[in-house]
Amino acid sequence: MLSKKTRTRIVFMTFLLAASVLVVFVVLKSLEENVVYFFSPTEVHSKENISFNKKIRIGGLVKDGSIINNQTSINFIVTDLNNEIIVSYKGSLPNLFSEGKGVVAEGKLKDKKYFIAEKILAKHDENYMPPEVSKILKKTKEQ
Amino acid sequence: MFKNFFPNKILSFTNKLFSILIVLMLLFLFLGLIYALFLSPPDFTQGDSVRIMYVHVPASFIALGCFGFMGIASICALIFKIKILPLMAKSLAPVGSVFALVSIVTGSLWGKPTWGTWWVWDARLTSMLILFIFYIAYISVWKFVDNYEKANKISSIIAIIGSFNLPVIKYSVDWWNTLHQTSSITLTSAPTIHYTMLIPLIIMLIGTILYTLIVFLMKYKTEIMKFKLDKRKKEN
Repeated sequence: MLSKKTRTRIVFMTFLLAASVLVVFVVLKSLEENVVYFFSPTEVHSKENISFNKKIRIGGLVKDGSIINNQTSINFIVTDLNNEIIVSYKGSLPNLFSEGKGVVAEGKLKDKKYFIAEKILAKHDENYMPPEVSKILKKTKEQ
Repeated sequence: MFKNFFPNKILSFTNKLFSILIVLMLLFLFLGLIYALFLSPPDFTQGDSVRIMYVHVPASFIALGCFGFMGIASICALIFKIKILPLMAKSLAPVGSVFALVSIVTGSLWGKPTWGTWWVWDARLTSMLILFIFYIAYISVWKFVDNYEKANKISSIIAIIGSFNLPVIKYSVDWWNTLHQTSSITLTSAPTIHYTMLIPLIIMLIGTILYTLIVFLMKYKTEIMKFKLDKRKKEN
């Protein structure tokens, strides 16, 4: 059915593909920390060698009712429903930044509970719906 | 049916098919755009800037799909030495690369009003840029390497190695924390996109697939004719 030449090529190709999968896996695993775009509050809490003066990014949800607008800065809490970090930021916020929605903050950790952000990005989730549907969902959730 | 893709049948096959495909494509894209730009609702979070999705998602789908086909065709070409397969892969590359670029540009335009930035080096965006670079490398090899067999071998290897990037692109949003959100349409769970938005998205997707098919067939026809001509020249 398959000639000897074809069979040899199949064997060679399978070996090559398996080797490539391994290489890609090893490369991605070793770059893990750089591939991750942000750390969640839980990841920040559990990491042992986190640096306090290196620029990092944290992400999660803006805790409901946690946004405080000072004269000089804006403070809010980033939560992943397990752990929290207080974020302080001076500057303009993206349009989609709001309570209960996703956020990614870039800056430096003062300590494991306090983060000073230099840049704020809004993160939206995978849900797409018209405003009317969203209102109905909110009502049923509150009931 | 597959015999129609072979050199002796392809020219008559595509001529019959072309008019039908073009009419269908125009229909789907026209309907899709009207629905996407005017009739569909704004998003509860993003407002009207969600409408870029109706171009961004089909473009991304085609960019990945074309390269997937190119990878499979290249593996089979190297193993089974089927002569039409490299020509098919070569014909998919231009349209696939253009849609990869459209995906990146429309994504960037969408990111600014929603995320607050034109670009981030997260796993999804970076791997899409790598896909585009692989497309350019593949096309360049065919363009700049004169010997057909050599160009075939090198481009096939580029297509195969580049194919390993495809699952990385698809699962990047699940494997790592990324700014890009996770998939709204999956094989395993219900879509998280409301039907009033899903329907125009599917219409746009079908229209884009038809467009890709038309451009692919046009290029494939040319490649077959070139191949036959070169073969005849060598024989004389």
